[in-house]
Amino acid sequence: MYAQMVKSTGTGVKSREEMSPEEAAFQARIDAGEKIEPKDWMPEGYRKTLIRQIGQHAHSEIVGQLPEGNWITRAPTLERKAILLAKVQDEAGHGLYLYCAAETLGVSRDEMTEMLLDGRMKYSSIFNYPTLTWADMGAVGWLVDGAAIMNQVPLQRTSFGPYSRAMIRVCKEESFHQRQGFDIMMKMAKGNAQQKAMAQDALNRFWYPALMMFGPSDKDSVHSAQSMAWRIKMNTNDELRQKFVDQTVPQAEFLGLSVPDENLKWNEEKGGYDFSEPDWEEFFEVIKGNGPCNTDRLAARNKAWDDGAWVREGLMAHAEKKRARKMAAE
Amino acid sequence: MAREAAFYEFLLRMGDNTLILGHRVSEWCGHAPVLEEDIALANTALDLIGQTQMWLGLAAEVQGAGKTADDLAFLRDAWDFRNLLLVEMPNGDFGQTLMRQFLFDAWHVLQLRALTASSDDRVAAIAAKAVKEATYHLDRSAETVIGLGDGTEESHARMQAALDYLYPYVGEMFLSDAVDAALVEAGIAPDPAALRAEFDATLARVLSEATLTLPAANRARGGGRNGKMHTEHLGHLLTTMQWMQRAYPGATW
Repeated sequence: MYAQMVKSTGTGVKSREEMSPEEAAFQARIDAGEKIEPKDWMPEGYRKTLIRQIGQHAHSEIVGQLPEGNWITRAPTLERKAILLAKVQDEAGHGLYLYCAAETLGVSRDEMTEMLLDGRMKYSSIFNYPTLTWADMGAVGWLVDGAAIMNQVPLQRTSFGPYSRAMIRVCKEESFHQRQGFDIMMKMAKGNAQQKAMAQDALNRFWYPALMMFGPSDKDSVHSAQSMAWRIKMNTNDELRQKFVDQTVPQAEFLGLSVPDENLKWNEEKGGYDFSEPDWEEFFEVIKGNGPCNTDRLAARNKAWDDGAWVREGLMAHAEKKRARKMAAE
Repeated sequence: MAREAAFYEFLLRMGDNTLILGHRVSEWCGHAPVLEEDIALANTALDLIGQTQMWLGLAAEVQGAGKTADDLAFLRDAWDFRNLLLVEMPNGDFGQTLMRQFLFDAWHVLQLRALTASSDDRVAAIAAKAVKEATYHLDRSAETVIGLGDGTEESHARMQAALDYLYPYVGEMFLSDAVDAALVEAGIAPDPAALRAEFDATLARVLSEATLTLPAANRARGGGRNGKMHTEHLGHLLTTMQWMQRAYPGATW
């Protein structure tokens, strides 16, 4: 998933007694597993939280094109180049579905884009890390898409209809992304010494940033409790992080690569691995804008938007002329 | 010219066009003016790289030296490339990229359509698949050229500048040499000059709708499809594209 630390409005989950009749009816629908559709009544907080979350997710898909786009022109074979192009194209498509889902809540794509470009809206911290070697294309697919899937699979059951349907389409493509990433890693891990070193280096650099994708522990967070009550968030950050580690460690072993955590140990009692927390101070710095690539990523998106202004204006002016000519002819 | 040698040259010409243009278009990834254009550009690049795999795959087979399409793409130097100069020209702004695409697509569709009747079944099969993609590319690039040409004052000026810059490279598409003569003789490919009239008609129609003016026809700038004189741009493109294969020789990816 690509949404972290999404703030919900309000101060916590209201009890039934505190809810208005409308709120109580709304919560009852959610509890019964019904989907909420755009024209249905919804609490303002639900709408706002969803806009933040879906918007952040959409922006992550868009900014997420950059670290992988960085290697399309240097892909080592024609097949790898084609696969990577297809993957990045999918991501732009995911951005499109998600913006459409958010638009049903009354915010336009242009408004959301402006908010991304001036820093009012966020995107996932992971895309503020650089892709330095070809192995990073493997690590991004394997770890980053792998972590994203952990979150997106349960979100297929989220309470907001358009978001849930967007997630169903996204998930189908994401599993292909993760497989292609793992396949790149496998080729490299079984390749020559240089390739193997590159693969290990990519794992070393992406491991902790991937763990950060789930966000800090949210057991005490009022925002998470409200989002979970609304079924906008389906699992706690810690549950998903644990699941991700348990799934990924055996894959790393299969590749013959070592996870960069000396505290990593199977815990028989809990039936999962014990592992080290990522450096949360680093995480908060990245969120604040002080990660390795924040400035460059936002600058690239701003440049694309500014340089493209004449194209958008030109095409709109043409559409307008065409309409005027058609009306004059009628 | 011997038939096999001419055939190999022809396959390189087809495959290098799509390889180099596909690469150029892929440079846009993540930087397009709107999301729909990011998707469309990636899609175009993807089609072109797919066509490259087929053309260069067949070239390697015809060459018979045990090479692969990847060897041809990543391990030849600039003088061995046989693409039109047009496709190696830099992206420039979005208008220049789409004008380059339109000029190429308008020729590519005619070429592929003719190749579907090639005496060589393998060529005809590749062309039959590629012509569907190219037709779609032409619809889109022509529509964009029209939209931006007949848009605002600024978009019009930018599209006219792009056309003025790129038009001198159009003539190369229609130059014939000994390779072409051998291919025509064998019924493999059409005479390039034979495609000119229909190409000019497409151009006239689209440019008029786009309110753009065709520049005066200067001497055609050639040297790409025969490899005699590429532009300075190609070397830089290859430096990026071939870097992995050059830096880690023999590794599999």
